[in-house]
Amino acid sequence: MAEPILTVEHLIKAYGETPVLDDISFAVKPGEVIVVVGPSGCGKSTLLRCLNGLEPTQSGRVRLGNETVAYGGKNLTQLRQRIGMVFQSYELFPHLTVLDNILLAPTKVQKRPKDEVQKEAEALLDRVGLLAKKNSYPRELSGGQKQRVAIVRALCMHPEILLFDEVTAALDPEMVREVLDVMLDLAKQGRTMIIVTHEMQFARAIANRVIFLDGGKIVEEAAPADFFDHPKTERAQRFLRTFTFDAVK
Amino acid sequence: MDWNAIQQYLPLYQKAAVLTLRLGVAGIIFAIVIGLVCAVIQYDKIPVLRQIVGVYIQLSRNTPLLVQLFFIYYGLPKVGIRTNAELCGIAGLAFLGGSYMAEAFRSGLEAIEPIQTESAYSLGMDRWQAMRYVILPQAMSTSMPAFMANVIFLLKETSVFSAVSLMDLMFTAKDLIGMYSKTIECLFLLVVFYLIILLPVSIVGSLIERRLRYAGFGS
Amino acid sequence: MLDLGLDVLFKGKNLARLLGGLGVALKISATSVLISLPLGILLGVLMTFRSPIIKAILRLYLEFIRIMPQMVLLFLVYFGTTRAFGWNLSGETASVIVFVLWGTAEMSDLVRGALIAIPKHQYESAEALGMSRAQAYWYIIIPQTVRRLIPLSINLITRMIKTTSLVLMIGVVEVIKVAQQIIEANRTASPNAAFGIYLTVFVLYFFACWPISLLASYLEKKWK
Repeated sequence: MAEPILTVEHLIKAYGETPVLDDISFAVKPGEVIVVVGPSGCGKSTLLRCLNGLEPTQSGRVRLGNETVAYGGKNLTQLRQRIGMVFQSYELFPHLTVLDNILLAPTKVQKRPKDEVQKEAEALLDRVGLLAKKNSYPRELSGGQKQRVAIVRALCMHPEILLFDEVTAALDPEMVREVLDVMLDLAKQGRTMIIVTHEMQFARAIANRVIFLDGGKIVEEAAPADFFDHPKTERAQRFLRTFTFDAVK
Repeated sequence: MDWNAIQQYLPLYQKAAVLTLRLGVAGIIFAIVIGLVCAVIQYDKIPVLRQIVGVYIQLSRNTPLLVQLFFIYYGLPKVGIRTNAELCGIAGLAFLGGSYMAEAFRSGLEAIEPIQTESAYSLGMDRWQAMRYVILPQAMSTSMPAFMANVIFLLKETSVFSAVSLMDLMFTAKDLIGMYSKTIECLFLLVVFYLIILLPVSIVGSLIERRLRYAGFGS
Repeated sequence: MLDLGLDVLFKGKNLARLLGGLGVALKISATSVLISLPLGILLGVLMTFRSPIIKAILRLYLEFIRIMPQMVLLFLVYFGTTRAFGWNLSGETASVIVFVLWGTAEMSDLVRGALIAIPKHQYESAEALGMSRAQAYWYIIIPQTVRRLIPLSINLITRMIKTTSLVLMIGVVEVIKVAQQIIEANRTASPNAAFGIYLTVFVLYFFACWPISLLASYLEKKWK
């Protein structure tokens, strides 16, 4: 069995007295797609931010391979290059064109030759259907287009694992699909991903494993079919019921 | 209006305007550098330096340039810090302008959402790279209107340079009025020359402001 | 020890004279502010009217006053009026005229800015709640405008105080002029007086403006 790429060991995080993550442990193997679901405020976004060293934690450890990812820790910039992250609010750099957004970190941080990265960037843009927009500025793009660019930007760093933080939550409904399709495509290519989402149909389709987080704790961890069809805990059942409606007529 | 007199005075005003511009531009360049350093120190909340910058900004913003110049030009030599009049003008303008530029840049920096920095970090950038490639370029363009207003303000402030016997436009006007009493002509030239210096900057300033307000990047 | 020339300060009535000089500057600022504020508010409201002629005239006045260095305005009024109209204005009168012209222009711009900064839907939502125009202004628009305006007007006061230092250049005996006289009188007894006295002037101006600036930024934060 393959060694896990990323391991989370007994992670604890609190804002003051309020616990946000309470003893979280799990491991991600190469090629695995893990979907994290749970009610708002359950700590799923905070979890992703901790995995990228953006938040200080009280105890526990996040390991990438054999190295520790920690807020303010050493080699953090090198480790982050190996972890791609896509934010809910895209966070493209508004002063740069689409192409420059993608090229910035590979050329300035990884010091790779520009023409090589550009070739790769153009191929990836083409794959997500945005090659024609390479010289546009972010403000000229729709939300869905921005999010696809953000994904390409993360991919161009050649990360070993990708983190998606509710990447469709800010999108108009008709744009959600185009972003989810890109992610399904990535899963097909065998990319390792951790996805936080509210799209339950999508979660079911893409996940190898679902982690249900509530109150900062992992309440359930199961294969998607098991989790969605036969949730074991009462809390998961209640959570899943919020996505269905009973007829009133 | 005595056009002969105007023609006769014109070269003197030109010379004075060049002096005003030269010292003004030099002072503003130093003010920009001081402002940038101070703004980054405050934005990054660097201990000790941040308190020093805070004191400097209060001192600089709450005293008139004229008083600052008198202190630099007449006061400091008594404790062994000697400057010539031109350096003194530049130093005074930089001391005054630094705090105004710092405030402009700081509010530009603070207007950038922290998550932009995090997004730069998530791409593996360090603090300096995030500042240089992501935060500063955006902050610069957000602070452009305030920056241009400061440039105009500082160019106007150069009008007190005559107090430290620099032969600027005010000095020239006062001198000529005293010598030939062609008051109207002298004042006319004074206004015209300041308009020549300040109008273009002011027009560029309002163009930038309009552009930023209605467009932003990429149009 | 390094002679900083501070002893002169406590000789005779020197400190009192300096404070008196500052008093002259503050009196000029206070007078100008008191006249500028109401005039500026009036002008600012006028600028939101739709008449193109009023707008054009006010605009020209505003732009000219704001683009010219206050020093130039002082020269225009002080030297210019003597020549053009044969008036013989005292330095103090000329300064008050200039600072009122300038303060009014700045204030009117602040008022106009505060008025147009109120989003249109604030008026609309007041209407939607069934308020009359007067009620909308009284309960919704004016309180918001005033909150934006007060910190900015307080800042204008410190700018006014700092600008009064310029009246030295048209011969008004204010704090810097008094400082020059004291330094001159003690030239032989205390050759380093220039350091101590100008430092004192610096500190005096600072303590005149600083509390007002603090108040302005306190209010600005509180009402944000």
